Amino acid sequence: MSQPDFVYVTYIETTPDKLWHALTDGDFTERYWFGVRLRSDWKVGSSFEMVHGDGTVSDAGKIVEVDPPRRLAYTFVNLSDTYRNDLPALATFELEPHGKLVKLTLTHEGFAPGGKMLPAISRGWPAILSSLKSLLETGRPLEIPRAAIKLES
Amino acid sequence: MIDVDTFTPAIVYTIYIASTPEKVWQALTSAEFSRQYFFGFAVEAELTAGGSFIVRAPDGSLHIDGEVIACDPPRKLTVTWNVNWPGLVEALGPTLVTYEIEPAGESVRLTLIEAHDRPISDDILSGGRQGWPAILSSLKSLLETGHPLAVKMAPPLRMLAALQAMGITTP
Repeated sequence: MSQPDFVYVTYIETTPDKLWHALTDGDFTERYWFGVRLRSDWKVGSSFEMVHGDGTVSDAGKIVEVDPPRRLAYTFVNLSDTYRNDLPALATFELEPHGKLVKLTLTHEGFAPGGKMLPAISRGWPAILSSLKSLLETGRPLEIPRAAIKLES
Repeated sequence: MIDVDTFTPAIVYTIYIASTPEKVWQALTSAEFSRQYFFGFAVEAELTAGGSFIVRAPDGSLHIDGEVIACDPPRKLTVTWNVNWPGLVEALGPTLVTYEIEPAGESVRLTLIEAHDRPISDDILSGGRQGWPAILSSLKSLLETGHPLAVKMAPPLRMLAALQAMGITTP
């Protein structure tokens, strides 16, 4: 059994319903996702967009699976020229109750060979999901400057 | 002393923590902290290159019998993370674990790297892939909220079965 391209697991002291809300509510994502609002009606086949404070859309794709509060899957790719050789890859979130915690497993796979999305998301997801965990557990997201994540290095 | 250049990363896990590099260092290297986030396991480290690096199970038995390879507080710690099960190191070679601690704005980026000097199967690596996220998620919670996570870990059955198939005696 081979590993998907990227897997990230974290345990969060919260409930599956709260975590589901945190993953799908634009007002909430804006607080931990470096200002990015996720925009979608969260129906299979609908569009999925990452919207920044100035209204620009950096990444876009489609909703693939919606099973609240257990599984959520969508594709996206960055729309800028840097990622012109990339294709939308599939991000799947699994939420599993684990006692008083929730185990969150993100797998991200199906990247174009030689593309730039995989190295970028490999740096981005740990920061985003760490900040999400902090926000749900402490009420405060992390203060991480975007430059410190070295997304495009 | 082992040659770290012959090791290749097999597991990399990065987590950001609202803390300082000094506090993260202390949490990684002291029994007082590790017992709280690491399922009751106690880290006992002689923090100098060549010093011993030991992790004791909650019953006091020796779980990890390793050595400090590189120590640069509060930035980088490399140790041999050798599980003290008969025949394990002979079969798998030494396991090298490196913690890198970097400031990231008002947060800290902690990167764990588990490296090996030979190919290791996904079955064997499943133990670390299961354990590290739970341990480091709990460490983050401890430093940010003052209390660790109540993670109830199932035994790493896939890894244990693979070790047993190699003739290694596991608890």
